[in-house]
Amino acid sequence: MTYRMKSLLGTSILSLALMTSSAMAETELRMTWYDDGNESAAMQALLDKFEQQNPDVSVTLDVVPYKAIIESLPVQLAAGDGPDLARVTDLGGLSKYYLDMTPHLENTEYWRESFGPFLKWLSPEGDAISGFMTQLSVTGPYVNKTLFEQAGVEMPGEGATWDDWATAVNEVASKLDIPIPMAWDRSGHRVSGPAIAQGAKMFDADGNPALVDDGLKAMATKLYDWHQDGTMAKELWGSVSGSTYLGANEDFANAQVVMYMSGSWQIPQFADKIGDAFDWWAVPAPCGPAACTGMPGGAALVAIKDTEHPEEVSKLMEFLAQEENLAEFYGKNLFIPGHLGLAEGGVEFASEDPRAIHALETFAGAVPSISPVAFDLQGYANNRVMFNALISRLGEAIVGELTLDQAFERMTQDVEKQLAEKERGN
Amino acid sequence: MSSDTKMTLSERLQTVAGWPLQMFFRILDVPFRAIQKLGGIGPMPYVFLLPNLAFFGLFVVVPLFINFGFSLTGGTNLFPQDRVYVGTEQYEFLFNCENYADTTTCQEDRFWKGLFNTAIFVFFQVAFLVLFSLITALVLNRKIRARGFFRAVFFFPVLLSPVVVALIWKWILLRDGILNAFLVSLGFDKILFFVSPEWAMFWAIFVSIWAHMGFYTLILLAGLQAIPPDLYEAAEMDGTSKERVFWRITLPLLWPNMLVVIVLALIKGVQIFDEVYVLTGGGPGTATQFIVQYIYNTGFTNQVQNFGLASAASVVLGVMLFALTMMQLAATRRRDNG
Repeated sequence: MTYRMKSLLGTSILSLALMTSSAMAETELRMTWYDDGNESAAMQALLDKFEQQNPDVSVTLDVVPYKAIIESLPVQLAAGDGPDLARVTDLGGLSKYYLDMTPHLENTEYWRESFGPFLKWLSPEGDAISGFMTQLSVTGPYVNKTLFEQAGVEMPGEGATWDDWATAVNEVASKLDIPIPMAWDRSGHRVSGPAIAQGAKMFDADGNPALVDDGLKAMATKLYDWHQDGTMAKELWGSVSGSTYLGANEDFANAQVVMYMSGSWQIPQFADKIGDAFDWWAVPAPCGPAACTGMPGGAALVAIKDTEHPEEVSKLMEFLAQEENLAEFYGKNLFIPGHLGLAEGGVEFASEDPRAIHALETFAGAVPSISPVAFDLQGYANNRVMFNALISRLGEAIVGELTLDQAFERMTQDVEKQLAEKERGN
Repeated sequence: MSSDTKMTLSERLQTVAGWPLQMFFRILDVPFRAIQKLGGIGPMPYVFLLPNLAFFGLFVVVPLFINFGFSLTGGTNLFPQDRVYVGTEQYEFLFNCENYADTTTCQEDRFWKGLFNTAIFVFFQVAFLVLFSLITALVLNRKIRARGFFRAVFFFPVLLSPVVVALIWKWILLRDGILNAFLVSLGFDKILFFVSPEWAMFWAIFVSIWAHMGFYTLILLAGLQAIPPDLYEAAEMDGTSKERVFWRITLPLLWPNMLVVIVLALIKGVQIFDEVYVLTGGGPGTATQFIVQYIYNTGFTNQVQNFGLASAASVVLGVMLFALTMMQLAATRRRDNG
């Protein structure tokens, strides 16, 4: 064999070996993720661990803005061009795009025992196993306790109503010249808990959505009045249109707000940003005539139906859903566990901040008092239709484009029109 | 001595670099010669136009028809074969109004608010854009000090991305922004610009003019420089007043450029979206929500993504833009015909 032939043969064998090894090595998975704080770092650590144990699978974590999860991901999924896994908050609304991992899982019993009630949120019309909750959340208010102390105003206690709080925060703001006495996230989800506390039923006797009733009107009227009398700043709810989400977390962290209605997912961010600059304090959900309730919710990591690698996706999900891995994830990120075993046994949270610990205890302690109506609404696949109609029309009333009565009428029409559109062709 | 030896190094390099291009054109020449041999010289212009037409057809005309097809369907499925044919239902829904002047009586009130807001925006934005561009071009056409610098300054915002423009102005106009800090330093109260519908519309128009004025100024400046100087000299010798020179010489001779500016500004104005979306988010309420944002919200941001209704609104927008273009053509023709 000549030298030339030898080298040609050698090169061919080497090329073939490289091609074969690369074909065997990699199944590439993509996970679309968003961050409330910096939880992608904790997820990346788990993915690195998974890749070490499974060298034939590589996972790319695409961290995108939350807006992309709400607006772009549904279009990607509808076009069949989505990722293999995604972190979502529209749990039931996107369920038709989820992969049922049941045939690929080694221990489905573990999933049903550990994530039982939340699996239903991801599969409202079936019993598929599509993912797990990366965090369970509860809506509720935070207050700047330091401002209360400086103003010499006593914080309303257990059983206080929204009106009690409105009076108290106005007193604090006027004494200390704080620009915003009370701020709420501009979100229908955030309004729904207090509306249920006022007696909103959200569904009629047949279980069909019925957004506008006396309870919802009572809460919406309060919010409208608070915007007119300066309790709430118009620049948050009034400065954008439609169902656009706006949070007041930055204003609260900058001590521009006395009371901020948001939810448990803000804890890690406040622990990080505010630290001990002032006492940020989670308080129990204020009461109404019907209940003292917030809304449950959260985010889930789901497997996507159009994936070309259902086996590998399920393998990854099984790894991530292991109790020890979830304990690490929840603990690092100060999240209320969405795993029943961990919720019962407790998680070691990576924080010694007494405010963060108090907030976690407050929100976790609020779970038993959450109204069943709130759970039903959270489990309803089209709840975002209701949330969006509520917030967009209420926003238009607050800035004076509609009267409150016109806004209520439009809310009902919007929900009916959108649900009718969704029914067509399905 | 051969010609090769006379070539400089740079010429040689050019020859070598140009060789692949020459080869490409020689190869390309073969089919074109064959086509010309078959059909003669007559169809050749169309043959040369074909690649562009193919791209235009694929990326403009075909999507146009797909969009129209979508506007006749309903449901939330994305692929045409899964959608339900509903005829003109989406158009009927859009145009169902008791009183077109009062948007609250319309079934789809946000569509009409979007249309009215767009009309107000276009009216003021185009009028002031053309006016300020003309004034700026007239000033920059004079022999002033640092003329080149000022031309660059006025053109600079055109180079910025609309999102960057909107973010810069948003930071200036926020409650704790630079402008409010300035107002407070002068002893005034803060103004919440994004809470007042009038202020929000004002700033949407202002920012849009600021961002685009440089481009239109450039067009008008080119027109001004094309006016023969001897006309001005003759007018000066006749003792014509400056106002008369402007109305009788400058403006009539600048009119073709003005027409281009007006029509381009009109079309761009109707299409306004990105800057205002970032600046005001369409708020407060729906005060600065324009027609394109309505289409975007309807098609993409709602949980129930109503592609049919969004497509129908797009068709209406397309008809409006078509009408504006026809007006431009008619105006140009009338002028060309004297």
